[in-house]
Amino acid sequence: MTTALENLPPAIAWFGRLLRRYPRAGRQLNRAAAPFENLTKVLMFGCNMCGQCILHETGMTCPMNCPKTLRDGPCGGVRMNGHCEVKPEMMCVWVKAERRSRWLPWREEILRVQEPLDWRLKGSSAILNMFSGPLLDERGRP
Amino acid sequence: MSAPHPAYGRFEQALRSGRPVVTCEVRSADGADPAAVRKRARLVRDWVDAVNVPDNTGGVVHASPWASCAILAQEGIDPIVHMTCRDRNRMALQSDLLGANLLGIRNVLCLTGDHMIHGDQPETKPVYDVDSIQLVAIATKLAREGKYLSGREVKPPPNLFPGAAANPFAPPYEYRPLRVGKKVDAGARFIQTQIVYNVDRFEEFMARVRDLGIDRRVPILAGVAPIRSVKAAQFMRDQVPGMEVPDPLIRRMAAAGDAKARREEEGIRICVEIIERLKKIPGLAGFHLMPIEWESAVAEICRQSGLRPATSPPAAGSSASPVSPLLNP
Repeated sequence: MTTALENLPPAIAWFGRLLRRYPRAGRQLNRAAAPFENLTKVLMFGCNMCGQCILHETGMTCPMNCPKTLRDGPCGGVRMNGHCEVKPEMMCVWVKAERRSRWLPWREEILRVQEPLDWRLKGSSAILNMFSGPLLDERGRP
Repeated sequence: MSAPHPAYGRFEQALRSGRPVVTCEVRSADGADPAAVRKRARLVRDWVDAVNVPDNTGGVVHASPWASCAILAQEGIDPIVHMTCRDRNRMALQSDLLGANLLGIRNVLCLTGDHMIHGDQPETKPVYDVDSIQLVAIATKLAREGKYLSGREVKPPPNLFPGAAANPFAPPYEYRPLRVGKKVDAGARFIQTQIVYNVDRFEEFMARVRDLGIDRRVPILAGVAPIRSVKAAQFMRDQVPGMEVPDPLIRRMAAAGDAKARREEEGIRICVEIIERLKKIPGLAGFHLMPIEWESAVAEICRQSGLRPATSPPAAGSSASPVSPLLNP
């Protein structure tokens, strides 16, 4: 997430700094924005609102749909037909991710080793989290 | 910790020796009798460089693998503990990595873990807090940087030798070699593969691995296992996801008949033939035998295929454990 922050355009970086300066307002905005983000990303990508989106690195396929929530690639249990070992009716998330990522100009991104997930951010807006970094209150909630 | 025992780190020495390395799997205790683990350990001790102990394979509960590994270390074996993300969150993983190291276990095979849906307690809550690659990175951070995931210092840091698994036989096939590279990027120091029955597919996998130069970055041990019966082969083909058992092998096992001696002999012969073919593949560092609950087959397979440990076995009766044995054999 830090790498994403460094590469943001100046206007967005400024907006992120603003949110960090007023974290309470930032959290409120995040809570207000999350349902809209949820609606669009659920419809388009089957998003699970982990709050730390890596869709662009996984061929626009949400890795949190994997029953093992694997964020670094497929497990060794993928069936011969490419379906999931846990849900035989479902195509493996990572078989889809690998196939789709070939169409993306930034396809090497799928090879990046992901940081462990911050489970506190589940349900919050990943876009605002990317702009501002995680804004947690004194009880560690987004 | 006092001066380390010669068997401590024997696996890494074997990998460095340049000779083909042999490891095998011994299942963890399925009861409260340490003698059962010792008995299995002694069946394989003189034939291998290191012994893996799986972690609740197939989602069926056994004793904690590090406990069985500690007993193996007392038997003079350098153990490789399997650690899965299925049952532990990142805190439990870090404490188990450190705890295992206190008992003289430094080799860790980092795995995602078979899903419990295939086991006998499918109602269990799956954990999967981190994945296998992140676990490799956690072990690497503990050992190399001397830090927990939080950044807090570990003093002194554990001496870990993390490794990972590879399955060339599950889709997406083109991605599998890249995934091995990803595991090496995260810090994996050795790779053990799923059981090879389809040698052709494995040859393709290794060709791609060599193209990517991964075989020069990490030693790769090919998994092999004897088939005990037609039923076992069919079970592996139909019930174990990610396993490929070609039909010709199953037909050969069927032709061997129902007599135990005949079919076991045929199973070992098939295994030895696969090893002979694998020996010709460049870029392999050795073999990992997985005689599922059939530890006595290890000696026979090694004898017939000429596999020998790369390092000389420790003197009889020696212990690789830093902890004095509480339970004497």
